[in-house]
Amino acid sequence: MSLFGLYNYWIVVFLMMAGFYVVVAHENLIKKIVGLNVFQASVFILYITVGKVQGGTAPIIGENFTIYSNPLPHVLILTAIVVGVATTALGLALVIRIKEAYGTIEDDEIAALEEEP
Amino acid sequence: MYSYLVLRVVAKLLMPFILLFALYVQFHGDFGPGGGFQAGVIFAAGFILYALIFGLQKAGRVLPRGILRFGIALGVLIFAGVGVYNLLVGGKYLDYSAMAQNPVHGQHLGILLVELGVGVTVASVMIMVFFTFARHRNTKGSD
Amino acid sequence: MALTVIAIIRLRNLYAVVMLASIFSLMAAAIFVILDAVDVAFTEAAVGAGISTVLGLGTIALTTSEEKKPTRLKLFPLLVVLITGGALIYGTLDLAKYGDPNAPAHKHVAPTYLKEAPEKTGIPNVVTSVLASYRGYDTLGEVTVIFTAGVGVILLLGNWRFIGRRREDNDV
Repeated sequence: MSLFGLYNYWIVVFLMMAGFYVVVAHENLIKKIVGLNVFQASVFILYITVGKVQGGTAPIIGENFTIYSNPLPHVLILTAIVVGVATTALGLALVIRIKEAYGTIEDDEIAALEEEP
Repeated sequence: MYSYLVLRVVAKLLMPFILLFALYVQFHGDFGPGGGFQAGVIFAAGFILYALIFGLQKAGRVLPRGILRFGIALGVLIFAGVGVYNLLVGGKYLDYSAMAQNPVHGQHLGILLVELGVGVTVASVMIMVFFTFARHRNTKGSD
Repeated sequence: MALTVIAIIRLRNLYAVVMLASIFSLMAAAIFVILDAVDVAFTEAAVGAGISTVLGLGTIALTTSEEKKPTRLKLFPLLVVLITGGALIYGTLDLAKYGDPNAPAHKHVAPTYLKEAPEKTGIPNVVTSVLASYRGYDTLGEVTVIFTAGVGVILLLGNWRFIGRRREDNDV
């Protein structure tokens, strides 16, 4: 029963490994970026679950509440999400340039093209 | 997508509300959930909806590229400028207490300005990124 | 959520993958609301379900919408992933329980923020005041990162015709 309190971490680990698998095993660059996003989201969920306090409410101070969840992870993740989408946009832009330069977005085909003189 | 009547009318109806909501989120972020990051993203989403339905040219006329480029830099400048202003009036960098007579008011003002800077940069970057992606396709098609 | 992720792994149609990623984001936002992080949920819903989907679809329109290789299970990456996952789960055994008010994370600076922030800044939303005031440097850095990413996208994809003739795309 004491292990049950850790299930939130296991969800995070599962999502993280799923994203990791997509990044490692797939050749398609767009799919790799989606995998990175899933990985990123799992880290977000990890931080937010750490910040949760049993019985707490959102950290907006009001008169009727005494217990609040930890605001610090919220701040970190809030900025991280927006930075994440900005870097994703940069990654997608790179993918488009790669497509224009090589004519493909499959990693192994690009490697094969590189080896040819 | 201009030919779909329903989309056009619904988008026209929704646009002012989306933009108003973004401004509400921006300036009400002190009291409820919200702030510069969210407001910027919602604002950008509103404009992207407009551009998707009415076409890039019309959206580009509303927000020309020059203004967007200016906005990207302006937001960061507001943020850093508030910090420098604090240095000038005798405080520490990004410590807003010195900005007004009352430290609490100073903090409030500083947070409002900083959030404004964040919102301007986020909104400009998101709209700019979308426009750049979309324009890229158009130029590629014409080559 | 797990089902969506498995579908993302297996599907080859990139259009469906991007759509599923959007659904995944929306579910993450719902989870954030349950976990009291309303600001974060707000951002995730607007960013994940809105903007990143549009960008993903834009990229697909510019490149291709089908993954070429059949997605078969690859053994070596799977092994690596399983070992890493096992190690991580072993690591979680020492962590604090979900929602535990005595976890170390809640003992350090968070009580100070919760107590001081409303008095010192006059703002009831602690997330906003920590974001802009206590962690102003952090946020300045993040905004600079966004600025840089935006500039990078413009440099990569903008047409720089006025600089000179565009480089010919080498047909390989």
